[in-house]
Amino acid sequence: MTVAPEAPGARRPPWPPRTELPGLLPRTEAPGGERRRTLTALRDTDVYAVVGSLAAALALTWLLFTRLLPFDGVVGFVVTAYGFFLLLYALLVSFDESGPAVVDRIAAAVVRSLGLLLVAILAVVVVYALVEGRKALVHLNFFTQDMELAGPLEPLSVGGALHAALGTLIMIVIALVVTVPLGLVCAVFLNEVPGPFARFVRTIVEAMTALPSIVAGLFIYATVILGLGMDQSGLAASFALSVMMLPIIIRAADVVIRLVPGTLREAAYATGASSWRTAWHVVLPTCRSGLTTSVILGTARGIGETSPVLLTAGFTSETNLDPLHGPMVSLPLATFEFVKSPEPAMASRGFGTASLLMALVLLLFVAARVVGGRGPGHLTRRQEHRRVTASRRDASRFAERGAGARPSADAKPPVPAADRPDGPSGPATPQSSDPFRTRPGSSS
Amino acid sequence: MTAGVDVGGAADIGADGPRRLHADPGLPDRLFRLVLRSGGGLVLAVMLLVGGFLLYRAWLALDRAGWSFLTTAEWAPDAGRFGIAAVLVGTLLIAAVAVCVAVPLATGAALYISEYAPPGLRRTLISVVDLMAAVPSVVYGLWGVFFLQDRVLPTARWIATYLGWIPFLDVTGADPADPLAPASLYTSSTFIAGLVVGMMIAPIICSIMREVFSQAPAGEREGAYALGATRWGMIRSVVLPFGKGGMIGGTMLGLGRALGETIAVFMIISLTFDIQWHVLQSGSSSVSSLIALRYGEASGFGMSALMAAGFALFVLTLVVNFAASSIVARSRSGAGSDA
Repeated sequence: MTVAPEAPGARRPPWPPRTELPGLLPRTEAPGGERRRTLTALRDTDVYAVVGSLAAALALTWLLFTRLLPFDGVVGFVVTAYGFFLLLYALLVSFDESGPAVVDRIAAAVVRSLGLLLVAILAVVVVYALVEGRKALVHLNFFTQDMELAGPLEPLSVGGALHAALGTLIMIVIALVVTVPLGLVCAVFLNEVPGPFARFVRTIVEAMTALPSIVAGLFIYATVILGLGMDQSGLAASFALSVMMLPIIIRAADVVIRLVPGTLREAAYATGASSWRTAWHVVLPTCRSGLTTSVILGTARGIGETSPVLLTAGFTSETNLDPLHGPMVSLPLATFEFVKSPEPAMASRGFGTASLLMALVLLLFVAARVVGGRGPGHLTRRQEHRRVTASRRDASRFAERGAGARPSADAKPPVPAADRPDGPSGPATPQSSDPFRTRPGSSS
Repeated sequence: MTAGVDVGGAADIGADGPRRLHADPGLPDRLFRLVLRSGGGLVLAVMLLVGGFLLYRAWLALDRAGWSFLTTAEWAPDAGRFGIAAVLVGTLLIAAVAVCVAVPLATGAALYISEYAPPGLRRTLISVVDLMAAVPSVVYGLWGVFFLQDRVLPTARWIATYLGWIPFLDVTGADPADPLAPASLYTSSTFIAGLVVGMMIAPIICSIMREVFSQAPAGEREGAYALGATRWGMIRSVVLPFGKGGMIGGTMLGLGRALGETIAVFMIISLTFDIQWHVLQSGSSSVSSLIALRYGEASGFGMSALMAAGFALFVLTLVVNFAASSIVARSRSGAGSDA
């Protein structure tokens, strides 16, 4: 927002000067009669070429499929039309342009359509589950009942997926209780205690991110259920989910912690902070949003996994709130079991459960985007406000303490030398004071 | 807490020898490092235990079967005839189809996001691709069974009819002249499972490729433009050569995921225990579906055999993944500076 150059003949503005937006002034014709040029690279002929070749391709394919040749099928139609489109587009562009430009246009068209295709597939997958699940989702009892009283032939107005939703919640909470502390400690370890051992752990963890989920389930089945003799239960399933989620969370958190600027760490060490103070008060608060995102994304992956739960949790149609005893189902497992049934009502329940699961994942994902998506050290307005008030509070406290050197101040640790008004005059106080007692970054 | 520097001896102050540097971290720091180290060690132990325990449980079956475990196509552990030849071939074929589908899709989408998309759209697209990677596999499986399968069947039949002379695209028992031929010849095939798994791994490959593409040096891009390259010319001469390592590594990472994918494949294929080279023909197999199908009814020895199959899958994905991450790490600039 710059101060506009004064228009000729304008009255000098009164003191204090005000900012005037250039857009509000009448636009004067520039000297020399030049007009502002449009910088867009898109020309009208480009649009005509795309629209024309698209229409021609559709018409040609329709002619082939319905009148001339014995072809059918939606996929075939789309593929043939797309091939024709590329050919015709190349032909149209070659009327105006030379060889490399034609290749460029064709490549651009292919790349754009592939990008569009990927997004379209996602949209179809998500929307299909939601649309098919609507038959079950409109019944309120779907959210409030379990399947205990609902046989396979019952209509959709009886029975629901409450047991699966509760089971998912219990399992994921136990899995998070295991993975979050362990995962974050391990991620901090990888970054704060570098060395050959950390490098080895990182290599193993990175390789384990693609651990097949069924192998995680098989491992828990072999150890906990066959080895320790436990029943198939919610706890075993949570352990299987933990084994699967742990490398994912560690890897994401490791990447986030790695992004913390080294200068921040060095500044902390230079003020005499110990390495655990540095980690706790500087490194972790700086990347808090990124760590939250990595945990949420790991949770989203864990919630949707079926195969570890399939092997370890068993299957039940009753609500089971005890993770230690008896089988427990989760949403993906219930989906999987429901759609195996030939009854249309059961299949609808399966789709309903799938859309519930999908909604949960979407919710977690949106939460992750809201919390994260910012680089380390970038604050929201509210966080910034809090830091500013905390900083003011500290400043006033320092000033108060510096002004009156009262004997009662001995009880508290002395202010670090750098913060004193009479700073470097005397010999620096020994480093018994803690520069991070005020926790500058950790006031959430 | 205090980082004291211990100067070695006051006697040789004049001599300019190397000093012994000793930093005493203090008790809190020592505790902190101990906690961190034990956390790292615990994670490492769990991860190593996965492989170790599988091998321990599988030893009984592996010992009995010997090398025939890799060459037998049957699965009858209680009769003593079992091996992973069929399921391993099925797993590899499904993964191969998936990679063939996913790589062009992911490359195009990654190029679009990093080179063509307007900046405002770019962030949204990145989120969308990440979301696609987080969609549960059971949802993909549902979509594959109930939506995709019926729509792909005519295409599968067309390919089998006109390209059937290529050996692995052949469908035995299909009669192109018979308009009423049952569609069930083409359902539950490797091809359809591979398609669905391909859609699942495309976002993973795409996000790695996008990251590598966007790291292509700006100076070289501008140099290519200054020499008169079109956008595609710039991509071909700068972005793609620069991102080659990331493309290969991302593809292998996706391959690792495709090999281990369970539930979507299990929902689509109908398990057979012959080596099924015909991609379009109904009936296929994969290691993970074998485990998911048979774990419940397995006897003690059968369980050991399933553990052996799981161990084979584990080793396969681990090897692919190690190779992938080393390729990605080498292609990424500045990766050597950390750790």
